[in-house]
Amino acid sequence: MHGFANPTRFLKLARWLTPLLLGSGLVVAAIALAWGLFAVPPDRLMGDTVRILFIHVPAAWLGMGGWTAIAIASLVELVWRHPLATVAARAAAVPGAGFTAICLLTGSIWARPTWGTWWVWDGRLTSFLVLLFLYFAYIALAGAVERDGASSRIPAIFGLVGAVNVPIINRSVVWWNSLHQPPSITIGKSAIDPAFLWPLLAATIGFSLLFGGIVLARMRMLLADIQAEARLRRKAMEA
Amino acid sequence: MREALDQWDFVVAAYATGIIGTLALAGWSWLAMCRAEARRDRIKRR
Repeated sequence: MHGFANPTRFLKLARWLTPLLLGSGLVVAAIALAWGLFAVPPDRLMGDTVRILFIHVPAAWLGMGGWTAIAIASLVELVWRHPLATVAARAAAVPGAGFTAICLLTGSIWARPTWGTWWVWDGRLTSFLVLLFLYFAYIALAGAVERDGASSRIPAIFGLVGAVNVPIINRSVVWWNSLHQPPSITIGKSAIDPAFLWPLLAATIGFSLLFGGIVLARMRMLLADIQAEARLRRKAMEA
Repeated sequence: MREALDQWDFVVAAYATGIIGTLALAGWSWLAMCRAEARRDRIKRR
């Protein structure tokens, strides 16, 4: 793993991995969504709205997964000071915020026909909204640190502290009364019928591949910016 | 009398939100990467 902390070696790998992840993610997600839209039967209680599951659940998983990635990269940055850890944490923030927003929007759309309301201030929905605000704060903080040349350890500490919200989101439906259903999938167990479970797994894999491709593309963008700025500085010093 | 909600309207709205959002994220990130790498290569050649 330490070998890939070298930006040159990382870029060599990322050059072919980025289009591969984005392409395969698009194909798998498209197949899973078509499967969920046209081949899955309506649910006994929720009817056709159950199909929203195949967009909403992968987005929720990636919203929480994005912050988990930020926390792990922040820890690596603080402990081992790997040059790529800072870049990886920053690259995961925008797609993480994007999928969190998609999760909140699709959840709200799903809530209207099933709960009779667009929004309730319960533990799950509120903690997920807090996650979106944490992403916004992280993006703003990382931008400010980069602009003002402050220590990159500040967003890393924020990334670690913000990770407290991830288990709160996960346990919110167990700890507090909620209109949101309790966890349907736990380790080694699933309360979801196989007719819904398989397309859900396919959609989660497809969107995760896309997320990986987006993070790699953003890492390459950030690295290219760093290399360009370094070269400009060197040329200015030589002149 | 209240009109019954058409469930498919909500399904289509959720899929449109998810698909457009994901494609926008992927497309924007890809274009930003291409622009940044082209700029770096231009500066390197100068």
